[in-house]
Amino acid sequence: MEILEAIRTVVAGIAAQHAADVDEAARFPHETFAALKAARALSAAVPRDLGGQGCGMRELAAQCSALAQVCSASGMILAMHHIQVACMARHGLESAFFRDYLQRLAQDQLLIASVTSEVGTFGDTRSSICAVERKGARFELNKDATTISYGASADALLVTCRRAADSAASDQVLVLLQKGDYTLEQTTNWNTLGMRGTCSPGFNVRSSGPVEQILPGSYADSSAQTMVPYSHILWASLWQGIAGGAVARAASQVRSEARKKPGTVPPSAANLAKVMAQLQAVRHNWQAVAEEFDALQVSENAMQELLGLGWALKLNNLKMSVSDSVVQIVHQALQITGILGYKNDSPVSVGRHYRDVLSASLMVSNERIAAKSAAMLMVFKADQAAV
Amino acid sequence: MQTATSDSAIRKIQGAFTGGHDAFRIRQVLQNHGRLSTSAFELAEDADLYEAGMSSLASVNVMLALEGEFNIEFPDQMLNRSVFSSIAAIGAAVKQLNGA
Repeated sequence: MEILEAIRTVVAGIAAQHAADVDEAARFPHETFAALKAARALSAAVPRDLGGQGCGMRELAAQCSALAQVCSASGMILAMHHIQVACMARHGLESAFFRDYLQRLAQDQLLIASVTSEVGTFGDTRSSICAVERKGARFELNKDATTISYGASADALLVTCRRAADSAASDQVLVLLQKGDYTLEQTTNWNTLGMRGTCSPGFNVRSSGPVEQILPGSYADSSAQTMVPYSHILWASLWQGIAGGAVARAASQVRSEARKKPGTVPPSAANLAKVMAQLQAVRHNWQAVAEEFDALQVSENAMQELLGLGWALKLNNLKMSVSDSVVQIVHQALQITGILGYKNDSPVSVGRHYRDVLSASLMVSNERIAAKSAAMLMVFKADQAAV
Repeated sequence: MQTATSDSAIRKIQGAFTGGHDAFRIRQVLQNHGRLSTSAFELAEDADLYEAGMSSLASVNVMLALEGEFNIEFPDQMLNRSVFSSIAAIGAAVKQLNGA
């Protein structure tokens, strides 16, 4: 909870101050991340005994939501970092190397980027073309990544790849690459409609490192047990944060209109009331799933349950539902602010929020997710009303 | 070359009959729907099907085909990666539902 308070201070000050420039210049929000590191926010998902804050899903999501309210790109970068840390913290604790690394991460506030996409797999993160090749005590790993968010600003990369040169495309592992292990050659640009500050162009990754940096176990498991639940819940929370930021601007404009004529409620206030109801529904959606996830962790069957279709469907439902709703909410906020909100340089401008929130249904395409859910529903019976 | 072919044919025949008739039907379902990188008839009973290339989407088709083949319905708590991780694990699940 102290971390959330510290993030709120960063949000009100530095993040708000630089958000417009981060967007316009499509640059990494380095001022905000320097402040987050100073607040030790990058170790929120590291277990307490390794020097972190041991935050659960609900707390991590609240942090991403708060940050995204003023700077979507910062919210997304923090979310993606937490997701990578969670993968190591939930699947690497049996390894002396990963315990030591998480301690170092907490101490030095290291920022971890994700390398899951690959040229040729067409957005299917559960298959890889590249493979980690063990050569004695070291490995070699080269990947042609379609996108690496904040890759150039990260301290380390967590990369998906096939387990070995002769492994099937879906038999994947996660490999940590530390600074010095890898080189990045930028292959494409990142000049996008929104989420510009995430700086996510394509890169050719060339790397070599010690084999203990291969995360134990299988990505098939860590994907279902950690990568997917953390992604969908933290993304939902930050998308809601963006929508909340737009609604906050609409609300401030309605209040300033009301102050001009005390005693009469401005006509736009009724629309504000309606959009507030939508925003609350979205917030309660991710909060409920986050709390359910946290409650599950005390069960000894937690990891087994997360491999089931019930959780896969629940997370897909959250992703599809929130990513659609947030666009409608920002659209309503724009109707309330009117032409002032449409102007890029007004204090109630919601243009950036609108452009940023449009990424929600595209980053892991809702079409792909709906197709996967549709296939699962051919065998899923909802016999325990789990979804 | 001829020896290699006949060895593989023998392995196929041996594999097909390991574990009895149910296992044969399971192998057939896997062969048709598992999208494995090797023949389902050549896999060991306890070989990891995911390591053999079965994707999560393919595993759903396998579940569906097994329900049709054995005229059973897997309850939701059995729709789990580990239940469908090997021919032996699937055999145990099918047996449990048929015996119930």
